[in-house]
Amino acid sequence: MIEIGLGHYLSLGAIIFFLGILGIFLNRKNVIVILMSIELILLAVNINLISFSIFSEDIVGQIFTMLILTIAAAEAAIGLAIILIYYRNRGSIRVEDIHGMKG
Amino acid sequence: MIHDLNILLPEIFLSLSIFTILMLGVFIRKSFNIVFNLTSLILILIIAIILNNSNSTEKIFLDSFIRDPFSNYFKILILISSLFILNSSKNFIKENRLDKFEYPIIILLSILGMFFMVSANDIILFYLGLELQSLSLYILASIDRDNLRSSESGIKYFVLSALSSGLLLYGCSLLYGFTGSTNFDLIADQLSKENVGAVFAMVFILVGLAFKVSAVPFHMWTPDVYEGAPTSITNYFAIVPKVAGLALLIKFMFIPFSNILIEWQTILIFISIASMILGAVAAIVQKNIKRLLAYSSIGHIGYALAGVATGAVSGYESSIIYISIYVVMNIGAFSCLYLLKKDGQYKENISDLSGISKKHPLLAISFLIILFSMAGIPPLAGFFAKFYVFTAVLEQKMYALAIIGLLTTVISAFYYLKIIKTIYFDDSVITFESVKNKTAQVSIFLSCSILLTFFLYPSILSNLVNSLFLS
Repeated sequence: MIEIGLGHYLSLGAIIFFLGILGIFLNRKNVIVILMSIELILLAVNINLISFSIFSEDIVGQIFTMLILTIAAAEAAIGLAIILIYYRNRGSIRVEDIHGMKG
Repeated sequence: MIHDLNILLPEIFLSLSIFTILMLGVFIRKSFNIVFNLTSLILILIIAIILNNSNSTEKIFLDSFIRDPFSNYFKILILISSLFILNSSKNFIKENRLDKFEYPIIILLSILGMFFMVSANDIILFYLGLELQSLSLYILASIDRDNLRSSESGIKYFVLSALSSGLLLYGCSLLYGFTGSTNFDLIADQLSKENVGAVFAMVFILVGLAFKVSAVPFHMWTPDVYEGAPTSITNYFAIVPKVAGLALLIKFMFIPFSNILIEWQTILIFISIASMILGAVAAIVQKNIKRLLAYSSIGHIGYALAGVATGAVSGYESSIIYISIYVVMNIGAFSCLYLLKKDGQYKENISDLSGISKKHPLLAISFLIILFSMAGIPPLAGFFAKFYVFTAVLEQKMYALAIIGLLTTVISAFYYLKIIKTIYFDDSVITFESVKNKTAQVSIFLSCSILLTFFLYPSILSNLVNSLFLS
């Protein structure tokens, strides 16, 4: 049996974090997917903070996690609202269509 | 206990007044005017509270919140600039039907976030303040919700800013893990030993902060958001969040990361040089004034970061002086945009300025003063700002940074002078309406007179800034 240690949790966090970043940069289709990737990034940070908190026996990391969860919810709400008004004006939320300003 | 709350008085007063005027806005019909005037009153009252409060360094709430001359200086700078921006843009807001009561309230909320940013002494508080500011700015960027360009700038700002917040937060989690603490002072103690993980965390945090002040290579949102958002919002974006972001950057370099100076210095020198070069080169081909001001602000941030990159107190001071003068110049420049009105529309192309010196000599001379100051031509204030930065850089024997900075100053002088040429020597095309916008005119007048008379007593500002780092 392998003992699951701090390194494993941090690797999991790092993998999810980079999946989130790749999701933002490789996605060419839908803005909603970007919103999901942003949530992934924040959740990866939460995994990091909780595992650090457990392994260093310090409660602050878990308190921080609770605050990040709240902020993630607020960010998703505002993000969806902005996507909604963009859709009403443009009639599309494809990433390729968001190019009204260039230079 | 009461003594503790006294330290927090500006923040408490601000948040309570936000709740109050939010209720007023909801329950009174057509409440924009009353909410707007109350907002100005609240900003003035908070300036009075901060000035009236003692200026000594105190930490409260498990050392997570700090009140010192440094944070007070930045708070007052933020408040004064928001006051001028709000009042000079009032006509613009009304004529473009942005006069919803939420507008000033969201601005107050972002100011509250910035207050916590500049007086944070703990990662958690700093992150919460940063997010309160960013969330408000997302809404402000897309506040003209029936306009395609405004909502597009909102979506772009949201995606990139949320990404950078994520990177910054990942850095914060690593910093917490590798130092075992969220307090800035304790982190600084931990970093006096060799700590590779914390250097990794520092890179992530620096990326997030560079995004917030729109330094190259994290600037890609700036021109689009500046162009798409309504001018009154662009005015706010160009000034206030940058002041808070720079304050935070200096604070991070001064307290938690002071022991890993060599590692972050290299990164900051790169960011600073890249911003100066891009700000100078990319602005040459711009046709839209707001876009041009976006690139010019990227360049200005490059100079301010050059001061931070020295890693010495004299460098931090020079960069605070730089950002203060930057605020004055930009308030003037944007207030001029509020006077360029023709047939109910505000013009924002450089070609519209063609030959305005014949019909609008006062506006033309204000543009002249502000643009000369931005280009750094003596004896205007912009010259002194650059002078202090380069002196500090040379003191640390960073000759490459100083030489590249001086070269980019020359390049950027080219496009500032090109606008002046358009204003004074091209044929007159448009006669603007005579706009009755007293507050914008007062802002321009104050800004120009500060820029013109700064050289008489430059020591007023530098002595004030010197005193911030004494404690």
